[in-house]
Amino acid sequence: MIETRNLTKSYGSFRALHELNLEVGEGNVFGFVGANGAGKSTTFSILATLLPPTSGDAFVGGHSVRTSPAEVRRLIGYMPDFFGVYDQLKTEEYLDFYAASYGIPAGGRKVLIGQLLDLVNLSEKRDAYVDSLSRGMKQRLCLARSLIHDPKVLILDEPASGLDPRARVEMREIMKRLKDMDKTILISSHILPELAEMCDEIGVIDRGRLLARQSVREIHSMMKGDRIITVKLNGPAAAAAEFFEERPFVSAISRDDEAGEVTFSFSGSRAEQEELLAAAAASPLGIRSFSEEETDLEDVFLSLTKGGGAQ
Amino acid sequence: MKADLSNPVLMKEIKLRFRSPKSFVGILFYLAAMSLFVIGFMYIMTQDGSSGGYLDPAQSYMLFTMLTFIQLVLVLFITPGLTAGAISSEREKQTLNMLLTTSQSSFQIIIGKLLSSIAFLVLMLASSLPLYSIVFLYGGVSPKQLLLLMFYFLLTTVAIGSLGVMFSTLIRKTIVSMIATYGSVLALLAVTGFLSVFFASLSQGGTSPGAHLFAAINPAVLTASLLAPDSGDFLHGMTGLRWPIWLIYLLVYLIVTAVAVFVSVKSLRVNMASGK
Repeated sequence: MIETRNLTKSYGSFRALHELNLEVGEGNVFGFVGANGAGKSTTFSILATLLPPTSGDAFVGGHSVRTSPAEVRRLIGYMPDFFGVYDQLKTEEYLDFYAASYGIPAGGRKVLIGQLLDLVNLSEKRDAYVDSLSRGMKQRLCLARSLIHDPKVLILDEPASGLDPRARVEMREIMKRLKDMDKTILISSHILPELAEMCDEIGVIDRGRLLARQSVREIHSMMKGDRIITVKLNGPAAAAAEFFEERPFVSAISRDDEAGEVTFSFSGSRAEQEELLAAAAASPLGIRSFSEEETDLEDVFLSLTKGGGAQ
Repeated sequence: MKADLSNPVLMKEIKLRFRSPKSFVGILFYLAAMSLFVIGFMYIMTQDGSSGGYLDPAQSYMLFTMLTFIQLVLVLFITPGLTAGAISSEREKQTLNMLLTTSQSSFQIIIGKLLSSIAFLVLMLASSLPLYSIVFLYGGVSPKQLLLLMFYFLLTTVAIGSLGVMFSTLIRKTIVSMIATYGSVLALLAVTGFLSVFFASLSQGGTSPGAHLFAAINPAVLTASLLAPDSGDFLHGMTGLRWPIWLIYLLVYLIVTAVAVFVSVKSLRVNMASGK
């Protein structure tokens, strides 16, 4: 549904985007992670037909942004990272203006606007002036606006930036609903965990290059595959370290004699883990407690990018 | 045609414009100033008691002339203010990108912006018509003359408005666009006058098409020619030509409008194929 081929954007000698190749299938949600200035917004602006590429091309639904931008505009709903609103319009009038801009007949607009406001939880703000809305509400209103012509593709640039935690959760819920509506979504963020929950695939972009792309399922399985287990002991840590060293699936053992702790990485199944811990508990090592550490998503992903996961 | 009548930008702009009290206060002050002028003029003219409280047709015509030049100044100086921020202010308020990603054509957006500004000026001109009717009460002016003047005011508004929209499309900052638009109004008023005199002096009493053309596109010269048809003789004495001023003005201002709208439409959206 979305494709970029050797997409490059230069400003003089500065390369904002360097031969980006990307494909996002229909109904997929692709998350773009990267620091500010990495090239996320540049990519999105090109896809939104607001910025011409220096070389290469981008396609939405098979239409080139270079040769048929009008067709691309009809297919996409675009939400920029920074945007303003027309202060003196009411929420309903604001959406009505954009509905008219997309040529939606006046008769159908009222129902449509009601549905969209429902979707983004703004129904009770229908008659409020846009100016009076909070930042999170404006963000949601802008999202509703980008949905007004029922686009197949959504291009959302940092939709959750600047929101408080509560508003973020709300935004995430809406994203899930959009995903269920089978939209192809390209979304960016500089915060990875925020994206992981709603994306099928995640790509890391840095200095205009796509460093890595990985499906979220793979990332999760990696996280589950390797568990970090910490054992606290009343007895000597050295003996316990020896005990675990001889067991299968155990690696990277480290011990802290002072605290009486042994930490290791375990790659076996859940059942095998249970077996190991039962054996350890039955042994005279003097085990006080076991604990399993959650692997941080960001750690896994960073290790992926460092490990030459680039394609 | 139906698409143009239901232009979304036009509808939005009109809604925004008339929701703000600024617009109404503006009209109020304008009408108040005009009324004061008319009442003051009548008071002074009927002061000596010889007129028996009436204006004679010559005085009435003088009032009409003064009102017309006030209106001209209004058109020339309000139109840039209304249009020079049309596109650049959307850019500054960060609403332009969203407008450009809708499926509206560039022409639709530009025309919507232009028409909404003109609509406001037309309202201002129309609201001043009752003041003009005082002139009719005393005679000396034909309604045809008034209609002709109104038509040329509208033409001038459209042309200057198009220039304003063009500058606001080409220039990122509203303030710079304002300066450029007011600059072109000044050029139309003063520079054309200067060039006309300059060319006339070059021709040493012979015919001077340059002098005639520059004089003919000056709004003040046109207004004078509409108010006093014999003013053509004055221009004839200066340039040796009798080309109709109203025709030259009409053609030049229509061309300016067409070119300005064309440039605006072409430069509103980036050329995606340009590869820059």
